[in-house]
Parts: sequence; C-alpha cells; structure tokens
Amino acid sequence: MMQICDIDHGTPASRSAEKVTLTIDGRSVTVPAGTSVMRAASEMGNSIPKLCATEQLKPFGSCRLCLVEIEGRRGYPASCTTPVEAGMVVRTQSPKLAELRRGVMELYLSDHPLDCFACPANGNCELQTAAGMVGLREVRYEPGANHFDAASRQPVDVSNPYFAYDPAKCIVCSRCVRACDDIQGTFALTIAGRGFASRMVAGESQPYLDSKCVSCGACVAACPTGSLMEKSLIERGQAQGSTITTCAYCGVGCSLKVETQGSEIVRIVPDRAGGANRGHACVKGRFAWGYATHRDRITRPMIRASIREPWREVSWQEALDHAAAELRRIQAEHGRNAVGGVTSSRCTNEETYLVQKLMRAALGTNNVDTCARVCHAPTGYGLKQTLGEAAGTQAFDSVEQADVVMLIGANSTDAHPVFGSRLKQRLREGARLIVIDPRSIELARSPHIEAAYHLKLLPGTNVAVLNALAHVIVTEGLVDVAFVRERCEVDSFEAWRDFVARPENAPEAMAAVSGVPAEAIRGAARLYASAANAAIYYGLGVTEHSQGSTAVMAIAALAMATGNIGREGVGVNPLRGQNNVQGSGDMGSFPHEFTGYRHVGDDAVRASFEAEWGVALDPEPGMRLPNMLEAAHEGGLRALYIQGEDIVQSDPNSQHVAAALQAMECVIIQDLFLNETAQYAHVFLPGSSFLEKDGTFTNSERRISPVRQVMAPLGGMADWQVTQALSNALGYPMSYGHPSEIMDEIARLTPTFHGVSYAKLERLGSIQWPCNEAAPEGTPTMHVDSFVRGKGRFMLTPYVATSEKAGPRYPLLMTTGRILSQYNVGTQTRRTGNLAWYKEDLLEIHPHDAEERNIRDGDWVGVASRAGETVLRASVTERVQPGVCYTTFHFPECGANVLTTDNSDWATNCPEYKVTAVQVVRVTQPSEWQERRRRFAEEQARLRPETARAGGA
Amino acid sequence: MNIRYLLKMANEIAAGFSALPDEAAASREVAGHLRRFWAPQMRRQIVEHARATGGEGLSALARRAVGELG
Repeated sequence: MMQICDIDHGTPASRSAEKVTLTIDGRSVTVPAGTSVMRAASEMGNSIPKLCATEQLKPFGSCRLCLVEIEGRRGYPASCTTPVEAGMVVRTQSPKLAELRRGVMELYLSDHPLDCFACPANGNCELQTAAGMVGLREVRYEPGANHFDAASRQPVDVSNPYFAYDPAKCIVCSRCVRACDDIQGTFALTIAGRGFASRMVAGESQPYLDSKCVSCGACVAACPTGSLMEKSLIERGQAQGSTITTCAYCGVGCSLKVETQGSEIVRIVPDRAGGANRGHACVKGRFAWGYATHRDRITRPMIRASIREPWREVSWQEALDHAAAELRRIQAEHGRNAVGGVTSSRCTNEETYLVQKLMRAALGTNNVDTCARVCHAPTGYGLKQTLGEAAGTQAFDSVEQADVVMLIGANSTDAHPVFGSRLKQRLREGARLIVIDPRSIELARSPHIEAAYHLKLLPGTNVAVLNALAHVIVTEGLVDVAFVRERCEVDSFEAWRDFVARPENAPEAMAAVSGVPAEAIRGAARLYASAANAAIYYGLGVTEHSQGSTAVMAIAALAMATGNIGREGVGVNPLRGQNNVQGSGDMGSFPHEFTGYRHVGDDAVRASFEAEWGVALDPEPGMRLPNMLEAAHEGGLRALYIQGEDIVQSDPNSQHVAAALQAMECVIIQDLFLNETAQYAHVFLPGSSFLEKDGTFTNSERRISPVRQVMAPLGGMADWQVTQALSNALGYPMSYGHPSEIMDEIARLTPTFHGVSYAKLERLGSIQWPCNEAAPEGTPTMHVDSFVRGKGRFMLTPYVATSEKAGPRYPLLMTTGRILSQYNVGTQTRRTGNLAWYKEDLLEIHPHDAEERNIRDGDWVGVASRAGETVLRASVTERVQPGVCYTTFHFPECGANVLTTDNSDWATNCPEYKVTAVQVVRVTQPSEWQERRRRFAEEQARLRPETARAGGA
Repeated sequence: MNIRYLLKMANEIAAGFSALPDEAAASREVAGHLRRFWAPQMRRQIVEHARATGGEGLSALARRAVGELG
C-alpha cells in the first residue's frame, strides 16, 4: 500500500539530459526524454487514474485505466507505457476517456469486496482513489462468479509474522510480483492461473512463510489495495502522522518513514526519497522494530557491588554518582589509565562523540575504542595508507554505472540486503560479477544471476588471491599506465609492480595456497582490468583476518593500478557491518585518533581540541579494546564504560572476554537490555533505541542521515543525555541542549565536517562527507581529481599465512557470518518476529565432511577449537566447500565466539573471526561451556529486580 | 600485560612490513607503527623485555624496531 502523503507519478523519473516539449491538456510541458506521458502529466498536476503503475516500477500497461488521447494516434494508448515525444498533443480528460475509465473501474469493482468501511486500507486505498477519480457511481453487473464471497474466498495468508495476504482483495495488477522481481530480485511471487482464475501466489502456491520470500516488504509497499497489508496497520488503523528517520540496523543506512498514532508506531516503510535505499528496505529495518518496546527493556538505572549480588534499582542521580565515584576511586588508586570506554556503532554520531570526549576530557585517558575495532578497523588503516582517507570512495548509486563488480568477502543479500538488491538490479542489466568468497553465497548463483567467476578460496587466503590478481594485471600489460603516472606515487607503484610480478605471486603458485585454479584467477583479473568501469565491494570477509589491513591495501592497489577510482561506477567500497560503523570511526572513537582520523599526537589538532574542551589532553594513544581486555587480566584496566555493545557475545574468545570483565572492579553498561555483557556489570544505565532520540548515523557511503525522535526515551534520557549526565557527575561539565549543538561542535573541530549542520541536513535530507568549504553540499564520489593524500600510494602486501591452521587435531576451517533475518548479536532481532526464519545458529558443513563424521542434517554436533567448545545443530550443505564449515553468531547460547580465537589483524587488532580451526563430532548433549553459561544466566536472572521482588513477595 | 601477547603482536607487525627491501626502512616503519598505535605502557613493557632478554621471542625485524623505541 502506498505511503501516506506520497505523490506517486506512476513511472520512474528519466535521467536523460535531453529535454522534450509537448502539450498536455492545452499546456506546454518540458520534461526529460524517456519520461512517460503519465509522469509528465502528473508532474504538471494533472494526475491520470492508474492502478498497475507506480513510480517504483517500470510501466506494465495492464490495468487500462490510464488511457489518454494523443492527436494523430488511433485509439487510446496507456499513458504509463507511452513515452513523451516532441510536439505530442495529449488529452488526459475527455468524455470518451471518462466513459472508458468508468467501464474499466466497474469491471474491477465487480470482483472486489465492497466492505470499504471495515477494510484496513480505508483512507489510503488506491482502488478507492481511482474509483473516485473516474467518477464511478454504480456497478451495473449482477452478482456472479467472484473471489470474495464466502463460497469463493481463499483464506487470508497470515503465515508471515508481519503482513497478511488477502487474495480476495487482489486486483491482479502484478505490482507485488514486479516489486519482488525488479526491486528486490527474489522472484518469490507469481500470478498463478489464467483468465478469471488469475491470482497472485507466493512460491508454488505456498504460504508466504514457506516460500522463498525474504519479507522485504516491497510487495506490501507496492499493493494498491488492502490485499497485502502490514499486520500492525490492520490492528491499529491508519497513521496520524509520520517521521523520516534512519534505520539502526546495517551499514546501508536506509531512510525510513515511521508512521505513528501519537507515539505508537503503526508501521515503518522505506522512504522513497532516501539517498541510500531509494525506497526499498529489508525484513529488519522495515519490520523488526518491536524490540524497542519489548518487555525485556530495562528502563530504570541499577547498581550492585558485585556480580553475585542482586541488582538494586536506583534513581538516575544515584546511579550516575555511583558510577562517577567508582571511576574516580579507581583512577585515584590505579592511575588515570586504569579506566576505559567503548563507544557504540549502533548509537548516533553525537552520542559516540560524547563518549570519547568524556573519556579523553573528563577522565583524561585515551583508552577509548569502538566495535568498529572488531569489524572495519582494517578499512580505516588500509585506505588511509593508500588513498588518504579512512572511508569508501563512492555513493551506492555508483553501482548503476559499474560494468564489472568484484565482490569480496561480502554476502550482501544477507548482510546488506538493500544494497544486495541494487547490485542484483545492475547485474540483471548486464554487469558482470566476480565473487571471491569461500562459500556459495546467493549472489554467486541465483535467479537470473550467475557470477562470471566465483573464486572459492580457502579461508585466510584473500591476500594470496589479491596478489595473484595483481600479478596478472602487471604481467599481462593491463595496468592503466596513464592513470598511475598522473595520479599515483611512481616509486611506490614500481616497488609494488616488481613485488607482485614475482613468481611466488603468480596464480599458478598461489593456486596451491588458496585452492583457486590459476585460470580462474587469470580470467577474473582480465575481466576486472578490462572493464570500462570496474568496482570493488567488500565486507568483513576481507577485514576480519590476520591480514585484514593487507587485504584492504591490496584492494586499493588493484583499483589504482587499473584506474578504477575517482568517478562513478568504480571505486573501493567497504560495506560496513553496523549502522554507524563509519560514523563511530569518524567521531574519534579509536584510541589514537580524534574526529576526522587525526592522531592524538598531532600538536596542532590536539591544541584545537584542548581549546574547545578546556583541558589538557594526552598526546599518546590509548589502549585498543583487545588491549584493554588483555590488560584487565593483570590489573592494568579496572573499569570499563560500555555504550551499547555486547562484547561478551560479539568479541572473539568469549570466555577470555568474560574473565576480563570479571577481573574488573566496575563495569558500567548503557544498553537497552540486560545482555550477556551486562551480566558482568556493576552499573546499568538504561539506553534508548533509535526511535527515542535525535541524532545522525553515517553509513557505508559516508552519508550522514538524520535520526529523529518518534517517542520519548523509555528510561527518561536519551543516550547522549546519559553520557552528559555522567560527565557532569564526574565534574567535567557538559550542557548541550540538543544533539544539534553537539554536531555544531563536531563541525567546528573537524575539517571534513565543517559544512555539516542540522539545518543543512533538514534541507538536503542527507549529506555525504567531506562537507566543507570545498564541497558545501557534500561529496558523493571521492578522489576525483587527486587523492586525499595527494598521490595514491601502493603498499607492499606480502601474503603471510595465518597461524590458525587446520591440522590433525582441528582439521576443518570454520568461518563466521550473518544471516538476513538476524542482526549482529541478535539483541534486537531476537526480540522480534524474525525468529520465524532463524531461531538458532547452525553449523554449515559439507556433505563429504558430514559423512566422514556420521553427521546428518539437524544432528547436534560438538565444535571444538583451541579457544573453546560448543554444541550446535548441523546443516549439511554444499554452500560450504569440503574442509570448511560456517556458522553465525546471533544467539548467545550457541556460542560461536567461544570458538573464535584471539588471533587478530597485524595492523589494527581486528579479530580473525573468519578463520578458526575446528573439529566437529556428533554429540548428544550441550557442551560444558553451555551448561556453565546456562547456570550463570539463570543465576543472573534471579538477581534482576523484578525477580528479586517476586521472590521477596 | 602478558608479554607473549605483546611479542606476538610485535612479530605480526614486523611480518606486515617484511616485504620492504630495505631492512632499515622496514624497521623504521615497524617502530613508527608501534609509536602510533601502541599505548605507552605497552611500548615500555616490550622495550623492557627486549632489554632484559636480548629480544627473546621477537623476530629479527621486530627486535630491531623495538630497539629503536628505546
């Protein structure tokens, strides 16, 4: 169903620069060539009735309602499928057209239930609107065969947790089918039957939930009637108002419209004007928002002296005073660097900025880090070294100009689904695809898409393959010599060229290491280097390795060597894991950097912060998060303030993390829920969801987008207010009245943000940084005329095998990742209907390895690594290759990160989540760790205030 | 901090720069990396270890770089 207040011009806008002038209803109109007559008329204010047309989809011409008269043409062409022509004279209204449209409308309504007053679409139904526009006053047909009376009606499909499908209200316009095909690219829906029997069905006439539907909601958004409708809207009725905000899930950063009645959410729909998502969303952002008001939310501050004691609910002031006193006590006893902080990539830029400011200015330590440490820190390091800026080079729109896409270690259709859909669209238009991934991800082969090359490498060998690709480019004369000569450091290029040209980097030499046939590497290199526009997109499958930073630098080298940087359709595009990973790095969350990636040791930069903040700042880097945890084991760090992260579940070697927290004297958690980490906490400060506050998120394409408050914070304070209050309790005054004032401070201090303000965000919708005097409205494409660092720098990228090797004791290599319906540690999505698709982490294992171990699909299997042991259910599948297995990390009881080790990227300490040597055996009971965790969780549950009260009563 | 943790990290950083043909340049890069990204107490600890043991557990390049820190 169309969104409230949206004007839908019926067909997509044309991007042609050529203009065409025609006459519509006696008025001269000039529009881009390729515009439909329907759109041209709508844009001038003369909307033509329509049912099968929407500007989100290509015209289809089936409903016959949008007929027009065109001078010199016979008949009554459909305006949606008729492009404008110079000199064309169009009439959108005439007695004959009115008669024809009423006739069409009568036919539609003769087979449509006329229970409009009780229909949830009432007030926002395109069928109603169209009937009104054509002036229909009666339906002359006698009752006959239909799809809506009691005898004919098919049951409503309520299998999907979020929306219902009522076939009786379907008008067979195919908008849902086309949305699934053209926008989402899943091809889960079809029109079954012929003639009068035609009706939309999911899959092979299955319930939606059993079909291949991924619940993106595109079909629901496209439906012009009440046939496909959100259950929340059916329950509550039409919205009173709406707010544009930004999704708090993955790094795509979709713009969303939250429709509300008062402060109650009726539904969330994608914002058609959204720069990142262009009107699309996924099952998480569109539907999985119920966690925000879940009964598990903790909304009162709590403290306790030790983790074996019951939590005690206290006032905000008491909790903040207690936290501040503990931090000061520990600093007094053990030094200022005995405390640390963790900012959240799920919180806003302003909140993240405040936490690092609190650590550096109020507590005088640079011990602050962010969860970007455990995902994209190598991107920051690698791209800064080579290109000069710690960020991706393009806008998502750029993919529409790409001729070849190289996708490395990124399962976009699951982890960045809206971008995955856009990539699919481009591939269906003819772009070629190279996939570098150990698994057979959906993009390697799915309906209407097949990668030209799938380099199915062994986990841990990215650099080997990237160097081999570079070897081919260099030795086969595929270098863009002119680009390199003009744009790059020639010395560093020559050293790199000589290095990758060595025989040990040849595909034939690396084939034995990576498992990828040399010819496939050669073919992929030729395809990438020969394309007019070739773009690289990569994810955590690149960064979360012992050579994550090396791989990022190798990727940058490929792009520079082939001239694929500095214009649309090309570039180096890191796909960030969480919503504000880019932003948390931008905001100075890393221990060695202030905002804008400037080192704390830079005297001039530090002086600017000292002047703004009014305190002397430490010129030495602080400890990274893994360093802090390691230090805690030996008393080197005794207090940790964690904003919105669950490090016990998300960080590697969970038992090591838990032991570090147990060794601390004061763990302060600011979160929505009592998560795994909070079980080791002494202070709990209620956090607020993205719906409860104002701020900004910055997505993978450097797009700063507004987050707007829809409801009051359930705990009484937004996260930025909590950090401010803690700072005040520590004696370092902060007095921001609104997050816009925090952004103003960020803009003052940060050259790449100089031009950013809430007023500008309001005007432009979103802004891609750098936004400053040189680029007042932002920068969609970076490094256009020169690199940020001046000349592009080639780094030598030797392949160094990880120490995490398969062997007799642990013969399989396990890699980890995400699934579409769940997000990160699942804190949010596990508390939504998304459990319908995935309710436990599974271990994918190849049939060959399963057979050797007598493992069948669905069996419990014990998985052991040198870090720990857990038990999961097996999924026997050829998605993984022999010798490799895979799991996700969404469920705490499954313990994927009990298995991952403390190996990390050499340059940034980003954990090597993607390579863990394991053994897998069939078992019948949970692991010892799982039993210990269960007992501990039960004990902690008894210590919650409500449980303690119930027990006391 | 456990010294083995620091030694492992230092050796991996050295391996990251191991392809540089000039060992002196590689050592400067490693030392620069340690100064830029390691907290001072971590640098102090590994320098003290190197002095006390002659660089036990460190690769040749890492040992040379740690020597430059002192």
